[in-house]
Amino acid sequence: MPELWQEAGFGIYLHWPFCAAKCPYCDFNSHVAAEIDQDRWARAYLAEVDRVAALVPGRRVDTVFFGGGTPSLMAPRVVASVLERIAARWSVAEAAEITLEANPTSVEAERFRGYASAGVNRVSMGIQALNDADLKRLGRLHSAAEALAAFDVARAAFGRVSFDLIYARQDQGLADWEAELGRALELAADHLSLYQLTIEDGTAFGDRFRRGRLPGLPDEDRAADLYAATQEMTAAAGLPAYEISNHARPGAEARHNLIYWESGDYAGIGPGAHGRLTLDGVRMATETPRAPGAWLDAVERGAGGSFPVETVPGEAVLDEFLMMGLRVRDGVSLSRLAGLAPNEEILSNINELVESGHLEQRDGRLAATELGRPVLNAVLRAILA
Amino acid sequence: MTDLAHIRNFSIVAHIDHGKSTLADRLIQLTGTVAERDMKEQMLDSMDIERERGITIKANTVRIEYPAKDGQTYVLNLIDTPGHVDFAYEVSRSMRAVEGSLLVVDASQGVEAQTLANVYQAIDADHDIVPVLNKIDLPAAEPARVKEQIEDVIGIEAHDAIEISAKTGLGIPDVLEAIVTRLPAPKGDRNAPLKAMLVDSWYDPYLGVVVMIRVIDGVIRKGDQVKMMQTGARYGIDRLAVLRPAMTDIAELGPGEIGVLTASIKQVRDTRVGDTITHERKPCETPLPGFKPSIPVVFCGLFPADANDFEDLRDAIEKLALNDASFTYEMETSAALGFGFRCGFLGLLHLEVIRDRIEREYDIDLITTAPSVVYKIHMKDGETRELHNPADMPDLTYVDHIEEPRIKATILVPDDYLGDVLKLCQDRRGIQLDLTYAGSRAMVVYDLPLNEVVFDFYDRLKSVTKGYASFDYQMAGYREDKLVKMQILVNDEPVDALSMMVHRDRAEMRGRAMCEKLKDLIPRHMFKIPIQAAIGGKVIARETLSALRKDVTAKCYGGDATRKRKLLDKQKAGKKKMRQFGKVEIPQEAFISALKMDS
Ligand SMILES: Nc1nc2c(ncn2[C@@H]2O[C@H](COP(=O)(O)OP(=O)(O)OP(=O)(O)O)[C@@H](O)[C@H]2O)c(=O)[nH]1
Ligand SMILES: C[S@@+](CC[C@H](N)C(=O)[O-])C[C@H]1O[C@@H](n2cnc3c(N)ncnc32)[C@H](O)[C@@H]1O
Ligand code: SF4
Ligand SMILES: [Mg+2]
Repeated sequence: MPELWQEAGFGIYLHWPFCAAKCPYCDFNSHVAAEIDQDRWARAYLAEVDRVAALVPGRRVDTVFFGGGTPSLMAPRVVASVLERIAARWSVAEAAEITLEANPTSVEAERFRGYASAGVNRVSMGIQALNDADLKRLGRLHSAAEALAAFDVARAAFGRVSFDLIYARQDQGLADWEAELGRALELAADHLSLYQLTIEDGTAFGDRFRRGRLPGLPDEDRAADLYAATQEMTAAAGLPAYEISNHARPGAEARHNLIYWESGDYAGIGPGAHGRLTLDGVRMATETPRAPGAWLDAVERGAGGSFPVETVPGEAVLDEFLMMGLRVRDGVSLSRLAGLAPNEEILSNINELVESGHLEQRDGRLAATELGRPVLNAVLRAILA
Repeated sequence: MTDLAHIRNFSIVAHIDHGKSTLADRLIQLTGTVAERDMKEQMLDSMDIERERGITIKANTVRIEYPAKDGQTYVLNLIDTPGHVDFAYEVSRSMRAVEGSLLVVDASQGVEAQTLANVYQAIDADHDIVPVLNKIDLPAAEPARVKEQIEDVIGIEAHDAIEISAKTGLGIPDVLEAIVTRLPAPKGDRNAPLKAMLVDSWYDPYLGVVVMIRVIDGVIRKGDQVKMMQTGARYGIDRLAVLRPAMTDIAELGPGEIGVLTASIKQVRDTRVGDTITHERKPCETPLPGFKPSIPVVFCGLFPADANDFEDLRDAIEKLALNDASFTYEMETSAALGFGFRCGFLGLLHLEVIRDRIEREYDIDLITTAPSVVYKIHMKDGETRELHNPADMPDLTYVDHIEEPRIKATILVPDDYLGDVLKLCQDRRGIQLDLTYAGSRAMVVYDLPLNEVVFDFYDRLKSVTKGYASFDYQMAGYREDKLVKMQILVNDEPVDALSMMVHRDRAEMRGRAMCEKLKDLIPRHMFKIPIQAAIGGKVIARETLSALRKDVTAKCYGGDATRKRKLLDKQKAGKKKMRQFGKVEIPQEAFISALKMDS
């Protein structure tokens, strides 16, 4: 039997922890730094590529993802040297997907050609909103016009481009969003990520929300309406959801992210990066220090070997498999599920949810239905808790 | 050992929030009992719940030493008491251990219902009373008017009431002098056989059972062999101490003194408040009369959310009952909830406090069933049954009639709000007994059914009078009425823990209110849930809780897998503890909140 990860592939996630400013909604591991010694960071990334390559030698790399923070603040030469080192340590699939997350300002657009020649073939751009008032409320440094200009540059430079929008914003009605999404679909190439605004603890929005200073957010019913409208409009435009918040023309799905959702293996490189690596048939979770300085120091001291590498217990492998896998429109393969030996209780819970119409089985797969997807957290609790 | 002439024992009593605990702070502070740096506001309110709610729940005793103007130093034992009506038993019990009371009255609010109730108790306990007007620092304070009121409404001498501000410290030296000069010294015979009153007891995780005593006659020393006259339990005294307020060891306690002892007491049940402690060898002849038992008026079931916690719950309840003689319990079993206890309380706040203490101090998650009062069911065969739990309501064909408990409520309210109060009482099936005026305030006395009062009357009263009314009540016997059992069905399954007795004429209204409340209290599930109220199979009210429409994580990538899985693990642990009613999870607070009405 193939190992769990093999059907999904092997990807490398590289985390760049810096941004020009911290957005008030964002709980990513991102920091504003006065000065960044790009070459010092490059050396540390290379050392980590070497270390991880020694853990899982002989793999074929299907995808690389530069995520952040704002990786479009990286010097193109740093991106180039990382990709070179990856190619030196592993074999890289011919059609490998190499994505870089970019913020849509003019400064960054200037570097796009450089990333393309370094080997990046896909960008994912954080446009977030198409009107300036909302961009300002979201604490973004760019205007809508600037974002669209950067997007044009990206389209010229890369084979594949996607952009992100955040919706269910303060005071955003259904009609507002439908109009905005309509424009987005006109602009979109073949991929879109559409996230409902999540109020995260430990962010400026989280704090304001708790103190009642973030009015106008949608209640559950409006959020559900916004979500349903999003599903309909994107499907009608030929970019249906292939995951809870991700939409693509068939064939244009982000393969790197599918590795996460389909329980593939991924190496996590950089501060606070998580990985899943199958070592000697055992699924392991890897983690690195979150604080950029602490990570850099540790790597420079040669202490990368002491970063945590822990077994994911069998039950947790199953939990993650369903938790991540049911986010995908096509769900999980029943034979892979059977390989993880779910107990009677879980199987009967699944049956009940099939009965109630929240899950369905077809073509050897188990998937959440249109009814189940908007309440997936409850579905997962009903299966696993 | 202090001679009787140099001891004064007193309780501080008042309506809720009139400043008893703050006055206690000042007395402790001015006598240097506690170092300045260790002082904090209402320092005797040491329980978390007391600090959070800003009220006193347990009476607290402190021994302070006061060098009086006559050049002599006096030992003063003060007992700070709670003001809320639910803890009145705490007050009456405390009063039995002392000879006098400081009656604190907020000079900006004047005499309130518990002021009256406390005075009657103090008189009943033969106390000398020193009236103290507090909060005279407030611009709204009207000491002259309040003195008049005390004389008119209460009928005690008030021209020499002491005017103080417990907040600023103004007048506190006068209070100390008055304690010595105006309150009596205790009486007692040092040479008589030991006779001590068991005033209070509590469980301390380090010391075990701690017993507070007031010595009447004789002397008690460390190492003595004593027995409790009621329970017959015998123990050797391990430790003798006084509370300053920290426990400070002392060699002996003589007549008039108040202190605590520990005695490796294993059986929590051996210590009963009101019991008499005497020497095993040379016992006293007659025990003290003991305390009047308190009568619980609200009952509810307490069940561990996790059935495995039952033994821990038993232990917790026994220990809490030790500290609270007004709380009663007996084992109960329920089809849906398994093993638990049916517990009796003096009111809803009392219930909430006990529930919170069990959850926090003993870390047990509880399911609390809908509270109920005690009904008398008269069966056709002549038998009379007490119904503590609506779930036990016998088949109606065998029931002749049902009686419900009534109370006599005394409400003091400014004229402007009288109309609202009368309407509230009328709505709650009240019968007016009396209406008198004292200045611009009215005193209304109503006969009300307890079950209309116990859950939320006090909150409603406060809200319709913007906090200006005060309320006190006494039990006033039973009366027959048209009472029926109302069942609540959630997702078509009856939930026993939510059934309640209601008056037939009010059933529809209550049923509708319950269903609406539950609709807000029960979180949405993946399916829609009908919530119905029914009487004997006939649905009288119905609401539908619509299905959950949106609950999904927007972003979930590689870095989120671990975090999201841990969240799921937590939910798994939570759900193991959560009891299901059919397929529905009903949150614990729903059982009490559902009974509170908005009108
Ligand atoms: N302005 C003013 N406020 C006071 C004074 N004495 C007490 N207070 C305030 O009144 C409130 C109630 O005081 P407590 O001492 O807790 O009252 P209590 O009588 O012990 O209350 P219970 O134990 O709940 O019955 C607190 O906010 C005090 O700060 C005073 O002399 N002047
Ligand atoms: C790693 S982030 C950052 C990418 C890039 N730095 C940017 O901001 O454009 C990826 C995406 O997550 C989304 N996102 C971040 N925080 C969010 C939140 N609290 N709620 C919803 N979406 C969020 C944004 O759309 C963002 O583009
Ligand atoms: S949303 Fe993007 S730019 Fe804003 S703080 Fe987060 S990672 Fe940085
Ligand atoms: Mg107090």
